[in-house]
Amino acid sequence: MSEPSLTRRDLLKAGALGTVGLAAGGTVLALPGLAQGDAKAGQGQASHHDMMTVGQLAPGTPDPTRFLTEFDTGNVSRLPSGQILREYDLVAEDREIEVAPGVFYPAWTYNGQVPGPTIRCTEGDRIRVRFTNRGHHSHSIHFHGIHPSNMDGAFEPVHPGRSYVYEFDAEPFGLHLYHCHTVPIKRHIHKGLYGAFIIDPRTPRPPARELVMVMNGFDTNIDGENEVYAVNTVAFHYQKHPITLQKGELVRVYLVNVTEFDLLNSFHLHGNLFRLYRTGTDLERYEWTDIVALCQGERAVLEFTYKHTGPFMFHAHQSEFAELGWSGVFLVQAPHV
Amino acid sequence: MSKLEMPVQPDSTPLAAAPSIGATQRGVPLWFKGLAPLVLLAALVAVFLRVGPLGVFRQNFPPVEQLTVERIRLPQAGLMEVEVVNGGPEPVTVAQVMVDDANWVHSLNGSRTLERLESRIITIPYPWVEGEPHSVALVSSTGLTFTGEVAVATRSPAIDARYLTTFALLGVYAGVIPVFIGLLWLPFVRSVGRRWIDFLLSLTIGLLIFLGVSSLIEATETASLVPAAFQGHALVLLGAVGTPLLLAAVGRWRARERGERSPLYVAALIALGIGLHNLGEGLAIGTSYASGEIALGTFLVIGFLLHNTTEGLGIVTPLAQERPRLRSLILLGILAGLPTVLGAWIGGFTYSPAWTTLFLAVGAGAIAQVVYELGRLFARQSGAALQAPLNVAGVLAGMVIMYLTGLLVPA
Repeated sequence: MSEPSLTRRDLLKAGALGTVGLAAGGTVLALPGLAQGDAKAGQGQASHHDMMTVGQLAPGTPDPTRFLTEFDTGNVSRLPSGQILREYDLVAEDREIEVAPGVFYPAWTYNGQVPGPTIRCTEGDRIRVRFTNRGHHSHSIHFHGIHPSNMDGAFEPVHPGRSYVYEFDAEPFGLHLYHCHTVPIKRHIHKGLYGAFIIDPRTPRPPARELVMVMNGFDTNIDGENEVYAVNTVAFHYQKHPITLQKGELVRVYLVNVTEFDLLNSFHLHGNLFRLYRTGTDLERYEWTDIVALCQGERAVLEFTYKHTGPFMFHAHQSEFAELGWSGVFLVQAPHV
Repeated sequence: MSKLEMPVQPDSTPLAAAPSIGATQRGVPLWFKGLAPLVLLAALVAVFLRVGPLGVFRQNFPPVEQLTVERIRLPQAGLMEVEVVNGGPEPVTVAQVMVDDANWVHSLNGSRTLERLESRIITIPYPWVEGEPHSVALVSSTGLTFTGEVAVATRSPAIDARYLTTFALLGVYAGVIPVFIGLLWLPFVRSVGRRWIDFLLSLTIGLLIFLGVSSLIEATETASLVPAAFQGHALVLLGAVGTPLLLAAVGRWRARERGERSPLYVAALIALGIGLHNLGEGLAIGTSYASGEIALGTFLVIGFLLHNTTEGLGIVTPLAQERPRLRSLILLGILAGLPTVLGAWIGGFTYSPAWTTLFLAVGAGAIAQVVYELGRLFARQSGAALQAPLNVAGVLAGMVIMYLTGLLVPA
């Protein structure tokens, strides 16, 4: 990440003068393809720089860019049977999180972050999750996948101060998710209790640049509608801080939709198409497309390779969501020599 | 003089008999007795501010945030200016701005945090669309949203000579000319018999009641737009009750000077009441025009013309048996009509729901006092009672005329 070359005050002044294109803040300034809005300044026309949040996240805020590639593979050991055991610790706690620069939301979190840690394992592993509830309400963890009834998290709310151990064999391979299943579920999910759950096939997928994107939203004024949309919580984060890719490298996106209140969310890729593996439970490609719509809880694995360099947008193809924060940029660079 | 006329008594105040201020009783000075509770109160406030005993009561209450969007100007294509005031008890930080459900870059003329009663102008480079509605939502640091609407987007009038001329003309059409036309009824009023003068006086009372009540209702409506800290409904109370009290005090003082309430004085009072009402009306017109909510169509001007002409009739009726000088009549017309121009000018420059509320309430209060004075004049001059069938018909007719001509004025 390069440092912003202007102070926030300068940026605000720039906005006041109508010099569109400068006010977005941060690293976008470096993007030649996005700087063309300047030419139209003062003529009442707008560019993608204007449709943007202002300011930067507070220091110490969890970095959404790091979240993209952070996988929790657990504490690994072997059971007497030879089966691999992976142990995880998840703690539910109330925490205020920043969902857009300067906008704070009283969230319920797993391990203090929204989305919760991306849990990763291989098909056939034994999973053991020690769950502790340090929140002020009862919570639980409901994993998607195949497991016994009492490991399902639906009927055993864990009360504040209590713990529970979820243990089951990881199956089937694919991209799943976990979330709190305590009633009222709508509130427990949209407050932030969810995360991605990846079960790799025994024969791994081809090596790739892997990115986790959890599409979410926040109803900050509690009116039953989202004010903020994003992947991985922070509105416009990947537009202000583009994700750098290499031309020609294989990119794999683990895309999960947990957006509350809206029927669908979607992912649209610019300048490219992706191979779609719905739920990731099959290694045969389902479709070659540039847009996928997912219902709440649905997920998909996306694979693509860029043919051209330059900045390419990715965003929800519900324009409203895109304009309220669910927009980002892949900055495709020439491969290293 | 009517038998009902009350002789004005010189105030035989008992002041002379009162104990002299500053005298001491049992050694404690009077000023100390008066000030001691205040000093104690000040000390208590100082202690509270320093020690903060509110911490005892305050736990994890959600912050009470109240931002009010006072108005949205569209000074040029691609630019919005949002005037916002913090009318709540706590400071509020504007973290983000959304226009039509999209985050947008913007700047503030000061800190992002507004202390209580502070205001800011937020400038947004947004490509608004001529003739279409827009909404602006301010997102606070706690995620609450405060919205303002542009009903119909159109370039806000720049305050220049053309603007001032336009509104001067509007004010003249809607305020001054109709009042003067109404004044032209004076010869007619003087020629009709006693019975019909009574009828016209009743008619005036009717139309003033209509004006007063509609002023009061409008004041209450704008009061709900006033930021909470400025207590819109208290402003209504102050204006509506304070004004008649002040006017009554002035009337009493004048009566002592001149010995009676002359019909010209009552006419002037009516003109003043109508003028104050028109000031509030002008404010509303100017604001609506500046924010693009109304167009200055022919229909609007004709509506005001008819509506306000009856106001002129109301002013001259008390003068039926007088021979006022032309100069007095012109002054009356100006007093009643010109405030429309002033109001429209002010409303275009700056819109404050608080001031509009206050002016409307003052207008309502003034009209209430006028109705009272008119009732006294009626009792003094007339042989018949206000309850006589013809006079009751007059009051009703006054209200119906205002209602019918009001149909021509868009709300």
